[in-house]
Parts: sequence; C-alpha cells; structure tokens
Amino acid sequence: MEQFLQQIASGLANGAIYACVALALVMIYVSTDHINFAQGEMAMFSTYISWQLMTWGLSFWAAFVLAVAISFLMGVLIERLILRPLHNAPVLSIIVVFIGLLAIFNSVAGAIWSYLIKEYPSPFPKSSFGIAGVIGPHQLGVVMVTLIVLGLLFIFFRYTPLGLAMRAAAQNPQMARLVGVRVDWMLALGWGLAASVGAVAGIMVAHIVYLDPNMMAGILLYAFASALVGGISNPAGAVAGGFIVGILENMVAYAGNQIEKATGVYIIGNGEKLTVALIIVIFVLTVKPAGLFGRVVVKRV
Amino acid sequence: MRTNRRGFVGGASALAMMSVAAPAVRAQKKYSDGASDTEIKVGHTGPYSGPASSYGQIGKTLEAYWKGVNDAGGVNGRKIKFLTLDDGYNPAKIVELTRQLVEQEKVLCLFNTLGTANNTAIHKYMNQKKVPQLYVATGASKWGKPKEFPWTMGFQPDYHTEGVIYAKHILANVKDPKIGVLMQNDDYGKDYWDGFKEGLGKDSGKVVKHVTFEVTDPTVDSQVIQLKDSGANVFFNIATPKAAAQAIRKAADIGWKPVQYLNNVSASVGSVMKPAGLDNSQGIITAQYLKDPTDKQWENTDDFKAWVAWMDKWMPGSNKADANHVFGFAVASLMHETLKKCGDELTRENVMRQAANFQKYKLPLLLPGITINTSPSDYYPIQSVQLARFKGETWDLFGDVMSAEGS
Repeated sequence: MEQFLQQIASGLANGAIYACVALALVMIYVSTDHINFAQGEMAMFSTYISWQLMTWGLSFWAAFVLAVAISFLMGVLIERLILRPLHNAPVLSIIVVFIGLLAIFNSVAGAIWSYLIKEYPSPFPKSSFGIAGVIGPHQLGVVMVTLIVLGLLFIFFRYTPLGLAMRAAAQNPQMARLVGVRVDWMLALGWGLAASVGAVAGIMVAHIVYLDPNMMAGILLYAFASALVGGISNPAGAVAGGFIVGILENMVAYAGNQIEKATGVYIIGNGEKLTVALIIVIFVLTVKPAGLFGRVVVKRV
Repeated sequence: MRTNRRGFVGGASALAMMSVAAPAVRAQKKYSDGASDTEIKVGHTGPYSGPASSYGQIGKTLEAYWKGVNDAGGVNGRKIKFLTLDDGYNPAKIVELTRQLVEQEKVLCLFNTLGTANNTAIHKYMNQKKVPQLYVATGASKWGKPKEFPWTMGFQPDYHTEGVIYAKHILANVKDPKIGVLMQNDDYGKDYWDGFKEGLGKDSGKVVKHVTFEVTDPTVDSQVIQLKDSGANVFFNIATPKAAAQAIRKAADIGWKPVQYLNNVSASVGSVMKPAGLDNSQGIITAQYLKDPTDKQWENTDDFKAWVAWMDKWMPGSNKADANHVFGFAVASLMHETLKKCGDELTRENVMRQAANFQKYKLPLLLPGITINTSPSDYYPIQSVQLARFKGETWDLFGDVMSAEGS
C-alpha cells in the first residue's frame, strides 16, 4: 500500500513536469499550428539564465520572474527574426529550422555553462510542505505551480482582450485581420508565451533532473505523448495528459511488480514501462484521434 | 613550404654529419605509417557534440596535453600531431572517422577513443588493419583480450572487476545482506552486474530486487521506490552521474536507509554527491583509482599540484572540478610514456609491445599505491582500486589497495 501511494505521488510529480512542457508545446501549436521540437532546449536555456541570475546574487523568485521575462523576449525574437522569413515556407523547412534551433541551444548552453550537471535549488520549504514519506515538498510544489500556470493561461485566453485576439488570429487569421487584430504580432506573442511557460517548466524540472544541457531530452518525448493524449489543441487537456502519462508509467511498473510477487513470473517491469505507456497512448489516439480532450476540427470541403 | 638554400645546405650537412657520427642510431630507426623523423600522428575521436558531450572535455584535455608536450620539444625530438574528431557518441560515425584516420591520415595509432558502443564498432576493424587502439576510454571488460584482439587495450579498471570487489566487500561486512540493485539497462550496466553476481557466487540469492532503467528515463524515482519496498538493506547503484544522484536523493526523500555502494563511474563529489545532497550521501562506499579533483586531501601532493599548474597554463578558464580533466591528463601521460619508450622504433608492433610492458609504473594522479601493470597476456593497465567512504565533503579512503591483477 505504501508503495502504491508513493508510486502514484511520484507519477503525479513526473506528470506535472510532462504537463508543463506539454503546455508550452500546446501554446505554440494553438497560435501557429506548428510543433516546436526546440521547446525543451529553449526551456533548458531559460533555466540556465535563471541559474546564472541566481549565481549573480538574485533570490530564487526574482531570478524566476526575470528569467520568465527574458524568455518571453527570446521567444518573440526567435519568431520575428528566424521564423518570420519562413512565413510561407513548406512545413518541412520549418521543422528543419526547429531541429537546428534544438542543436544550437544545446551546444551554446554547453559552451557557456559546460556539460557538468549542476544542482538547482528548490523554492519550496522543506519543513512545512509535502507529505512525509509519500511526496516530497518540491514534487507537491511542481504540481501546484503547473495548475496555477494552467489557471492563468485559462483566464488569459478566456477573459482578456489580448488573449481573445490571439485565439482569433490563430483560428481565422483573415477575419482577425479584418477586425483589426495584428495577426503577425499575435504569432510572435504566442512564441513569447510558449517560451515563458517553457521557462517555468524548466525551472521546476531542474531541481528534480538537475541542470545540464541535455536535461530536457528525455522529457520532451513524454511531453509530446502527453500533449497528444490530452489533445494538442487544448491546454487543459495537455495538462491532464501529462498527469495521465506520468501515473500510467509508474502504474505499469507497479503492476508488473505485483504480478511478479504474486506469481513469480516477470511479465512487465521498468524496462517496458515507457513502451506500455506509449501503446496505451497509441490506442487512445486510434479511438479518439483528437486526443481525450481535444476539439475535433471539422473542415468544410 | 619553401626550401631556401641555407636551410637546404644546413639540413644536408646536418644529415651528413649524423650519418658519419651515429650510424648505429640511424640503423635502428624504424617507422610504420604515421611516424617519421619529425612527427608522430596520433588519432582520436570523442563526443564533442551529442548526448555525451560532457565527455568532450577529455578530448580537449588530451589536445592541450600534446600541445604542452610539443611546446617542450616533443617526444624524442618528434612533434605529436594529434588529430581529434567529433563522433557525437555515435557508433556509425566513429566507423567512418576511423577509416579516415587510418586510411587517409595514416595515423600511427588510435588513442583513447571514447565509449563502449563506439569502441565496439571499430574493434574488429582496428585488429584486422593491425593498428593499435590504445587506452580506450571505457571500462568494459572486453578490451583486455590479447589473444583475440592483440591491437586493443583498455586503461581504467574494468567494470566487471569492480563489481566483484563490491560483492566481496558486502559479503564480508554486511550482516545478513538483502541487496537491491539499480542498473542502467545497457552494456555498461550489465558488465557491472555480471561481475557483481560472480563476486556473490553461491550467495547470489541475497539480491532481493534488481531493477533497471533506461538512459532516456527522466527520473529513477519509481525504481527506487520499488527497491525500498523490497526490504533491501544494501543498495548497489549502477548508474551514470545524473541518475545516480537522483537515486541517492530519492532514497533519502522516502526514508530508505540502506548501506549504499556506488559505481566508480559516478563517484564524483562535484557532479554526484553535491547534487544528491551531502547529507544524503554520507557513508556511501565506492571504489577509486584516480584522485578526485574536488577532494581537498590531494591539494598538497606533488602530482596534483603539478596538474593544477598545468591546468592553469594549458587549459585556463576550464572547470577544475571536472574529473574528466584528471582522467585525460592521466591517460595522456601513459600514452606519452609509451611513445617515449618506443624510442626510434616507431612501428605499430613496437607501440603495442611497449604498451604491454609496464611494471609498477607510477602514473601521475593515480591513488597512492596504484600502478600501471601490463604484459603480453595482461591488457588491463589498471586493475587495482581502493574503497572509499564518503565523509563530510570528501572520500575517505580505507582498507588496502585491492587488486585483481593476475586473476
């Protein structure tokens, strides 16, 4: 029973990480219709920026806010300088650019900060937070931060004029332009927001997986799966997807353990947990191609 | 290059003088591809990009080392031309680069190519071509087989031997051990695991839980929870730095307090023990053969001081806490000594002969009491380690230097 609770808690915490990165992926997808392969590396880069600010003497939260702001600018700049010229380029060219960005961010971070893994502090107090023996303070904190980010994004897109304008620009650029929305800038803002959400994800993850230029490599894969299972067009779905993948993965290992204990036969275990989790993802997508919570897009032909 | 008359005349007369003065020396000079009167070509590949780029520092250290050697006049008057290429930790790429180094550049030997999978990829090729593949940067046990692969030699203590040593120590020191093992699911992990099982022998039933993880897993939390649940009181941690640090921290987070054994691959104070939390790392046991650069107890030893001075001169600005610089310096020193011993007979055969002819050679930066020993039937240069327990902020060496030499 103790193991069961611990596995669920650890799954939730991992799920929160996947959810954060998945959110960033969804942000760009919603505003530009692209999947940004460099999302993880951008988040990693932002995390290094916050780390650098902290080593220069800033407090955790000051560095956090500043890093998120810098990431926003970085996202806007990337869109304006690199993707704008490719506005009408085929999807494949854009994918190549994303992969290029991935490699560039990775090597630049390595060149500036070296590949040695670094410790990254947790802002959540050890004494008053978490449930002893089940979930650590930081893990609980990550789950909460993810939910807060989701809430803020929800309010932004639902109730603010800017958020509404961004949605309009993504869903129907021509109409949006006609009613006076500056569609170009909306795309850039979408990139900025995604980079900011990514920065939050990176900063939250770094304490758990440690800070190094490759810290996002494994996570991005899970984040893709999460975003797809929850519905790539729906931020709340992506978050739900993150938690589902995180828990599912641990449950596969747990179930395998129990079976082995009861029958002595090894059927599934740690080696297969990703495989089984992804099989379930594929199954979900075959039944519901738009994801569990995704909107089905109907196009008139 | 332009030959002016004075240079030509000077050179010619020097040659004439030499042939008169020292005919014996000239007669002994023998060269394979890659060596001449003025130059020795040494090839290397390493991961300057890709997932293992932290090891790229080793290549940079080697390059700086040879620069230093050339600056001081080279080896027996010959400059080392060190050709290092980026293989991105990709076995397919290293094959192509190795062909380039061997067939186009015609290097005398390859030196310290990095990674178990990568060296495996060129293992057969190098032995077919009869080109030395020396002091490879991997601890797999397969590099010491002179009968099947006479042109390949390892450097560091192999994982298998290390696994045996931990198992023996557990059996001798832990009362009623119930062992939990966390293993990275690849060749490197399995090598340790096989050695460990061999060391346990008939007691292999004392392993109550053996869990694996993939390099791509973001965390090993789930695995550590399973280990705790198994009731294990000994924890053998076979993981690369990041996962190793995560496992140590997670064990403390969920209140699991076993006797911990950590593989040497991750025995770095700077990149494992500190990130895992010094409180959580107390009492962990590992095996060491090199001096940890973050360990204060070495600060006043001669070889360590020399290394610090060398770092300041040849690699200014790089992180001295990175153990890869120590590794690179030590392995390059051994290559340097090997080439020195070759004298004027710079053939591939002689390079291997000299590499397989070290007796109790004291290499800088090895722990006191550990020496280099090789022979035509022993292709494992370092086979001794000393156990160390983490205490405060450093490794506290204890017991004797343990050796699997000759076994």
